[in-house]
Amino acid sequence: MERRERGILENIDWGTILIYFLLVFIGWISIYSAVFDENHSSIFDLQTRYGKQILWIGASVIIALFIIVIDPKFFSQTAYIWYGLFIIMLLAVLVVGSETKGAKSWFGVGDFGIQPSEFAKATTALALAKVLSGIDVDMKDLKTKIYAITIVAVPMLLVLLQNDTGSALVFLIFVLVLFREGLSHSVLIFGVVAVILFILALLINTYLLIGILFAITIIIWFLFRSRKLSIWLCLSLFVVASGMVYSVDYVYDNALGTHQKDRIEVLLGQKKDPQGVEYNVNQSKIAIGSGGFFGKGFLKGTQTKYNFVPEQDTDFIFCTVGEEWGFLGSSFVVGLFLTLMVKLIKMAERQRSRFSRIYGYCVASILFAHFAINIGMTIGLLPVIGIPLPFLSYGGSSLISFTFLLFIFIRQDASRMDLV
Amino acid sequence: MKNTLSSRRFIIMGIFITVGIIYIIRLLFLQVFDDSYAQLANRNALRFVTQYPARGLIYDRNGELLVYNELVYDLMVIPRQVKDLDTALLCKLVGIDKDQFLARMEKATKYSTYAPSSFEKQISKEDFGPIQEKLFMFSGFFAQSRTLRYYPHSVASHALGYVGEVNENMIKKNPYYKKGDYIGMSGLEKYYEETLRGEKGSKITLVDVHNREKGSFQNGKYDTASVAGQNLYSSIDLELQKYAEQIMSNKRGSIVAIEPSTGEILCFVSAPFYDPNLLVGRVRGNNYMKLLNDPSKPLFNRALMAEYPPGSIFKVAQAMIALDMGVISPETGFGCDRSLVGCHNHPAATSVREAIKMSCNPYFYRVYQRIIQQNNPLTGKGDSKYGLSAWDDEMYKMGFGKKLAIDLPDSKSGFIPDTAFYSRIYKGDSWNFYTIYSNSIGQGEVGVIPLQMANFAAIVANRGWYITPHLVKYFGDEHLKKRNTKYVQKHLTMISKDYWNIAVEGMYAVVHEGGGTARRARIDDIAVCGKTGTVQNAGADHSVFICFAPKDNPKIAISVYIENAAGGGGTWAAPIASLIAEKYIRGEVLRKEVEKTYMDAAPCQSLPLRKYIPKPKSE
Repeated sequence: MERRERGILENIDWGTILIYFLLVFIGWISIYSAVFDENHSSIFDLQTRYGKQILWIGASVIIALFIIVIDPKFFSQTAYIWYGLFIIMLLAVLVVGSETKGAKSWFGVGDFGIQPSEFAKATTALALAKVLSGIDVDMKDLKTKIYAITIVAVPMLLVLLQNDTGSALVFLIFVLVLFREGLSHSVLIFGVVAVILFILALLINTYLLIGILFAITIIIWFLFRSRKLSIWLCLSLFVVASGMVYSVDYVYDNALGTHQKDRIEVLLGQKKDPQGVEYNVNQSKIAIGSGGFFGKGFLKGTQTKYNFVPEQDTDFIFCTVGEEWGFLGSSFVVGLFLTLMVKLIKMAERQRSRFSRIYGYCVASILFAHFAINIGMTIGLLPVIGIPLPFLSYGGSSLISFTFLLFIFIRQDASRMDLV
Repeated sequence: MKNTLSSRRFIIMGIFITVGIIYIIRLLFLQVFDDSYAQLANRNALRFVTQYPARGLIYDRNGELLVYNELVYDLMVIPRQVKDLDTALLCKLVGIDKDQFLARMEKATKYSTYAPSSFEKQISKEDFGPIQEKLFMFSGFFAQSRTLRYYPHSVASHALGYVGEVNENMIKKNPYYKKGDYIGMSGLEKYYEETLRGEKGSKITLVDVHNREKGSFQNGKYDTASVAGQNLYSSIDLELQKYAEQIMSNKRGSIVAIEPSTGEILCFVSAPFYDPNLLVGRVRGNNYMKLLNDPSKPLFNRALMAEYPPGSIFKVAQAMIALDMGVISPETGFGCDRSLVGCHNHPAATSVREAIKMSCNPYFYRVYQRIIQQNNPLTGKGDSKYGLSAWDDEMYKMGFGKKLAIDLPDSKSGFIPDTAFYSRIYKGDSWNFYTIYSNSIGQGEVGVIPLQMANFAAIVANRGWYITPHLVKYFGDEHLKKRNTKYVQKHLTMISKDYWNIAVEGMYAVVHEGGGTARRARIDDIAVCGKTGTVQNAGADHSVFICFAPKDNPKIAISVYIENAAGGGGTWAAPIASLIAEKYIRGEVLRKEVEKTYMDAAPCQSLPLRKYIPKPKSE
């Protein structure tokens, strides 16, 4: 027993834990600065958000310790139970949940609630890892694909039903995991092309775009005709693309809510309304941009402190970093995330157990989705999609669920030398 | 197979790193290369609050307050901050109905949803009390105090002037002013704008998104304090001004009274006038349009802007010039030859004194002929030019034909024709004395403003000099008054005091001797010296009188114009001027009957439709 404990301490990846604590610390001082009030500066005041965040950090550390201490097999063995539990929670929240900002995703009252969708990402990761790590599972089998897609699609749809589009989008990132496990390249390429077509369809006249697509089809066929590329394949691809372009208007008008459309139009520069739908993005860019190279200094940020930036301690927490710590601080945070994500991939690849590897990819991908969407939104590269920045944003559910997600993998990694 | 899949990690890492690098480049552009965001941030969080200094007050010569400031409140609204509004209560407090409320909110929203715009302007202190109590209930609404000018005695509108909001042109011309600022638009308020207004200060405060103040920016390092405006201590005598306005309230014309020894203006009336309080605050716009469209032109400052032919009062000046030039002597006499120019029945004038007393037209025809022809009727045109130029110079020295530098804006200069003028009119040198003789009796081309005539009365009173008439004696505050040093210089006419004494004697005779034209101006035990004038025009004659009193050591010099009064200067203007003189010198008017007669009288006939065509006419 003693040897095994030492084994964990020796094999545990302290670098990852260091990055974790750095991010949590940066998050906390940013929350402190964002809601700082000179007349009210006690750090442990539970009336304030930074006071509460200390509570959440404490709870996260306890959960992390608990995960480190228990048997690493516990989570692979109970993966489906966790998954099932949170599917039930997602269903229940639809019935008895409380509504915040248009999304019905909370249990409980006020700040001390729990948001099952945050945890559902982790439990979905567990279940996906479990399914794909089964013996004789091959990504090429249709059955496997169906299993995998179902595991991801069920919680995703339930989150979508809560009207929490942002969180639902995160589930799409599992495609990276599937890709690593053998899904065809064409899925990724198809995804990228679909996004590009969607944006073009909004920017360019539909018929003009279809004309351009047709021209491209002809050119491709002409260039690759020596490789006996079937004219029929080219044409059918063209028809699919045209159909998609043609349906974008319909989907756009009917499937998206007004505010989602507004956010997309603002991003594409088709809508100018600095005090309306553009407001969040503008203020966010102003806050970050005004930070300059060195930043305005701790507690000196006027934009975040005086509430010009909406949600400056949750979804827009990166603004506080950008304003007070400047380019140095914000690129440092981006760098930390990059290091963490690349490190997680490397760690995943060194796993002997397939479960651990797949789960590691899930963790990296989920963090990436949040990182990319959240920071992309604050610097005006993506439409406003309200999801938290992992470890930095204020909120118990968010911090605890990301800790839960990350430390399960750290625990798996610590015992990677064990026999599978 | 396993190996191929494992290599896919590089694709995934590549995606992560690509996104990360794109973000860092974006941050580099946002934060380092583009500094417009820093300015935008300042615009967000820094409020440049203008510190408005109190505008200076205006007092009369005895320390009575003529203009003061009153605190009023503007109710401001920031539309995007309006939440859970009790519309009914707000409407009740402000005194508007729901439709007005909606219209105002729409207007405010249209202007800006986040910047404040005024919802209700200039609420008095009394009316604002109940609103203030409930203001905390109306989120998005706040009060902004400002000051308005008030005129406790409702007098001297044309001298004091008024203030109004600056317009686009003024802002363009002078960047000191910002939209919504007040500026003097006329009268002393305009002339002494920079003295009265002081200097605005500015304070930079940090504000949050709800516009709540969060303390000063960098401990007030960039703040500037405002400098209070200075008070004006004017020369106006409130009691005299009130009295003169009372007399003129049913008449058209002007009264200007000057203290001869100092040039200080004692009263300054242009009738019809208006209550200066009408042009203050919310009622201003409507009242201004009403006054502007009033056919009797109450906004028109007759004392400064009406150029009348001076009429017979000009004869005194003619006599002085002729004496100074030596073309006549005090004892020169001319017969009353009515074939030259019309006149009334009177004995022939045997001296300058008699001629002034009887206001003989043919006499001054001859006098002017000698001025122009320089006593040599045969020399012809060349000498006419010489004579006219010499006459012009003497006229200018008496304050005619050029702007008197009074401390009021928009004064007219009157008109004294020169050789260039006539050469232009007659297209060459074909003019001579016989074409311009109307000037001799103050008709013809000459024009003067009532202020110049009052100033001329002061010149006679001083026996040959004047200090430019002005309204402000001191600036500053009670403890530190600074003298207005602009008005201390004596302007000399360079005409002998002896000649002026002849004018004084002549003007004394006008009032006090049989055959004089202004016997109605006589006051027991106050020696009044005056000269009547009757100015012909398209309508009924203007009744004109200038005078000063007492004869020795004069205290007051006055010009009175009563427009279209259908009577000579002796009929209306003279007795009215005497009332002003008596009121000022004695402090009260003992001639109650005279007072009542001329207070009640409303002699001014309706305005002529055509422009008047000046024609010579005698007393």
